[in-house]
Amino acid sequence: MTPMLIGMSLLLAVTMVVAGVLATRPSQALSISILAAGLVSLLASVQFLLLAAPDVAMTEAAIGSGLTTFLFFFVLGRIRGGDRD
Amino acid sequence: MIRRLFVILLLLGLGGVFAGLVAGYSPDDTLNLTARYYADHTAQDIGAANIVTAIIVTYRGLDTLGEVTVLFLTAAIVGLVLAQSRRKADAPQRPLPPSGELLTTGTRLLVPLILLLGVYVFVNGHLTPGGGFQGGAILASAVLMLLLTDPLLRIGHGLIAAIESTAGLLFVGIGVLGIVLAGGFLDNRILPIGDLGNLFSAGAIPIIYSIIGLKVGAEFSSMLATLAETEDL
Repeated sequence: MTPMLIGMSLLLAVTMVVAGVLATRPSQALSISILAAGLVSLLASVQFLLLAAPDVAMTEAAIGSGLTTFLFFFVLGRIRGGDRD
Repeated sequence: MIRRLFVILLLLGLGGVFAGLVAGYSPDDTLNLTARYYADHTAQDIGAANIVTAIIVTYRGLDTLGEVTVLFLTAAIVGLVLAQSRRKADAPQRPLPPSGELLTTGTRLLVPLILLLGVYVFVNGHLTPGGGFQGGAILASAVLMLLLTDPLLRIGHGLIAAIESTAGLLFVGIGVLGIVLAGGFLDNRILPIGDLGNLFSAGAIPIIYSIIGLKVGAEFSSMLATLAETEDL
């Protein structure tokens, strides 16, 4: 790996850790947590792409950051009785 | 306090384990024996430009059948559990707020494009990264967008079940055809291999991956549709 790739990977990893901590903080809105968890997945898929695994990156982007995030929002809307938006 | 200390200790221990793994890691200079075989033989034996697809659909096709079965069982169990709390047809529905201009217009614009991308991903699974599972998930996210815009939208379970069971039967049928016409279960050479890199190449792989894509999309969609039909909590 070239130094630039290592630097980008480190930046991604640090951002992922920050987003993960943000997602698990108990004292905030649930929607922020869901968005932060989706961000972790999105950055993970970029990381997979940097590691030359585009197939895994695609699965992560489609399921981890796409479907799961929207599913959480959908369920959140249901259990709150649709009083958000 | 003790609990927090325990958590910190656990995190430090995990960090130690991972640090050991990173310190002891040295990348391989050459491919190992199995990988070397796949890299050397995929192009002339299977005819797929994407080696990952050749492994998933042909070399390890039986594992893929198992994965699809697991996903099918999951969808069936989710449907079974959520069927207990299905909303009655005559149950009173409290009025929902409108879903907003941005979401409605965005959905109208994006859903056809998302469906097209999903189909592209699984039809081109043997040429470009991606394949049936990714394409199926993309198809299901289009269904999810429709449900987000209109939570009262009802998708026919008969249609989804028909797509899913037909796809499953076809998948196994093509696998059995491989035993009869070619070298073994799920052998892709029941159709001509063609030229490497063409859309119509790699034998049965595009067909199998399209079937898997439709099946995965139908399974995810059925889970989402069942979820949408549950009673309000």
